[in-house]
Amino acid sequence: MNLAEGVQIVSFGILSVMMIGSALGVVLLTNIVYSAFLLGGVFISIAGLYILLNADFVAAAQVVIYVGAVNVLILFAIMLVNKREDFAPIANRWIRQGATALVCLGLFALLSTMVLATRWSVYTGPAVIGDSSVVQIGQHFFTDFLLPFELASVLLLMAMVGAIILARRDYIPDELMPQDTQAIAASTLPERPRELASAGNVTPKAR
Amino acid sequence: MQLQLQYFLLLAAALFCIGIYGLITSRNAVRVLMSIELLLNAVNLNLMGFSNFIDPQEIKGQVFTVFVITVAAAEAAVGLAIVLSIYRNRDTVDMEQFNLLKW
Repeated sequence: MNLAEGVQIVSFGILSVMMIGSALGVVLLTNIVYSAFLLGGVFISIAGLYILLNADFVAAAQVVIYVGAVNVLILFAIMLVNKREDFAPIANRWIRQGATALVCLGLFALLSTMVLATRWSVYTGPAVIGDSSVVQIGQHFFTDFLLPFELASVLLLMAMVGAIILARRDYIPDELMPQDTQAIAASTLPERPRELASAGNVTPKAR
Repeated sequence: MQLQLQYFLLLAAALFCIGIYGLITSRNAVRVLMSIELLLNAVNLNLMGFSNFIDPQEIKGQVFTVFVITVAAAEAAVGLAIVLSIYRNRDTVDMEQFNLLKW
């Protein structure tokens, strides 16, 4: 990183304030759509922190995968389950929240004392002026991390198939469907419509 | 004054604690998944900090971060599919009413 140290410190401060503020907004806001957009803000500021850490490839991957894919996926899920429901109040909920906040603050205190008390063996050799990080990550992927790399691709394939199987609607075989509803369903998708699924008179198991 | 490893570790610890708070207290199932993403990002920030400050020659921490990002994307897809499926069955996204495993 060729930036001056003052510039690095100032941008680190701005990015960390942005990240903590957006993360608090994700957790504390009541409207979940705002939370989803603030989650994008968290991801963007973490990508900025990665750039401060000399990691250009991972910063780009963070923006592409998290902001481009995961955040959009979460927005789609919010759209699909978009039901403004007021959750039923639970007695003594504030005790739960207070206890959780206490535990989280304790964990943060523990972690920060650990971080500040440990003597990290920071690299102090000559400044590394080697290949760019893209070249090095590629060499790692195709030499000593080849097996995890291929396993990750298999994992992504499995996740894709599993997500499709979990999220699709059940098919109803024709012989199990009542006659009067079959006329309605003939002109629509060959899936179980919601009103038939929730009617409750005939709920055949498709599989 | 220079950027230290401790700054990044403290920031990641704060993000992790916020994520745990959201994971436990939120009642919307989608928000729980968002909190899990926050946790994974905190871990990623730790890995990147170690990779830059302790091992800048062979940046293996960045390789691990890429793997974590991959697993996080798969987890988000499957998790949201599960939330959608539960929503179709129970007609709610309230975490308090997901008592399907209780007998």
